[in-house]
Amino acid sequence: MIENDLLVKVSDAGLYKNGKWLVKGVNLNITKGKIVTLIGPNGSGKTTTAKIALGLYKNIEGTVERLTNKISYVPQKVSIDWTLPVRVIDFMVLTQDLQDQEINDALNLTGVEHLKNNNLRELSGGEFQRVLLARAIAKKPDLLVLDEPVQGVDFTGEVELYALIKKISETLQCGILLISHDLHVVMSATDYVVCLNGHVCCSGTPVAVAQNKEYKELFGEKSSQLLSLYEHEHDHVHDSDGNIVKEAK
Amino acid sequence: MFDDFLFRALIAGIGIALVTGPLGCFVVWRRLSFFGDTLAHSALLGVILSISFDINISLSIFAVSSLVALILLRLQNTTNLAGDALLGLLSHSSLAIGLVVLGFLSFIRFDIMGVLFGDILSVNVNDLIIIWAGGAIILFVLWLIWKPLFASTVNYELAEAEGMNPKRVNAIFTILLAALIAISIKMVGLLLITGMLIIPCAMARNLSNNPKQMVVLSIIGGLLSVFVGLYASFEINTSSGPTIVTVAIILFILSLSRIRKKY
Repeated sequence: MIENDLLVKVSDAGLYKNGKWLVKGVNLNITKGKIVTLIGPNGSGKTTTAKIALGLYKNIEGTVERLTNKISYVPQKVSIDWTLPVRVIDFMVLTQDLQDQEINDALNLTGVEHLKNNNLRELSGGEFQRVLLARAIAKKPDLLVLDEPVQGVDFTGEVELYALIKKISETLQCGILLISHDLHVVMSATDYVVCLNGHVCCSGTPVAVAQNKEYKELFGEKSSQLLSLYEHEHDHVHDSDGNIVKEAK
Repeated sequence: MFDDFLFRALIAGIGIALVTGPLGCFVVWRRLSFFGDTLAHSALLGVILSISFDINISLSIFAVSSLVALILLRLQNTTNLAGDALLGLLSHSSLAIGLVVLGFLSFIRFDIMGVLFGDILSVNVNDLIIIWAGGAIILFVLWLIWKPLFASTVNYELAEAEGMNPKRVNAIFTILLAALIAISIKMVGLLLITGMLIIPCAMARNLSNNPKQMVVLSIIGGLLSVFVGLYASFEINTSSGPTIVTVAIILFILSLSRIRKKY
């Protein structure tokens, strides 16, 4: 890896909150033009890890180095209160200044240009996700953090949007940190996978992770057959906090 | 012309309405109306300090309200009490302390009704200067922080992740709110200032579909309330502050017929 391509370096990071570790011992590097995907069950610390990488927590263990300021973020949940009237076009320029052309291009890419003057509250879940994604890519960021970017999008749209995300990382040469539940997509469109369950269970290329025993334990035998038919024995189990509780025989 | 008390009242009212419109929208969007109340209650302590130490009333209110606002920001980080409980705690403790201090100052005569409900007809040229100069500064600072403030209102973490420093702009906004209360106490009084802040904005929300439009309509609503309210209070001999707020409420009720439910 060339040093200059490094965008974010998370070293041995963790977050302890309200008497328990939300996540600990996370190491990951995000580099230009690569997609890093976080996978793991609910409550395994995916969103927390993404926010640690973004620098949204003040009291973390370990260190996070961010080597760029051109960051775009698609949060897992954005709720717009009724009291706040915001159109798509207002939302696009929320944190950035954009030309009309840039707004149109970005909305066009995610297929929602026709909704430009609609109010955010009129959009369906899938349409809203597309607008969130359009806003995030409009200013051509160096780093894109996407927390479940295609939730609520229909199946064909989902495939389309993942293809778009892949294309963005290639054409803009930006680094992408992606959180996703769609294992089949993750395994086919990602450069590096980090599998979380309170700590990093395993990480590496999709092929390597699919063969990892902890990955299989988390997601079941079938999931690893997405890529391989590797067989193995379980050697430990996790409690709800993600700690290893005992050695399995 | 500045000799006419009604004319001075009108100029003061216009100045206040220009500032309450945009600030009020943020108060509504950020669900801070109870916070406005808290700052206003603490203003009573400011008024009493200003009388006992003979300092400028606006300056004294601004100092006390800012202090309460900063204590609130600090408490939010150090306790686990819910936001509304903290606000109630600060609101009523500053009100109680203000009233206790007032008890010590029985030798001083002052018009507590004027402080509670406003006395716009006693506005002098000095007050006008404070309202317009203070208002201009508030609007200028709000204009400077508009983008990060709006972004953090829509989504705090998104704004922070994309480098907008929401914590700082939130603190600045809080100070602006304290400053607005300081310059407008004389007009609407501390019990009604929150009404002046949020009612025209609530009306504007019913009629608008984007943030800028809502700000403009709130200003127009505020101005209309001031014009009609002042005129009515003069004609039917009622206190000016409550009359202005009553007009604002009537405008809000009228706006309900055109509400954009769809959004």
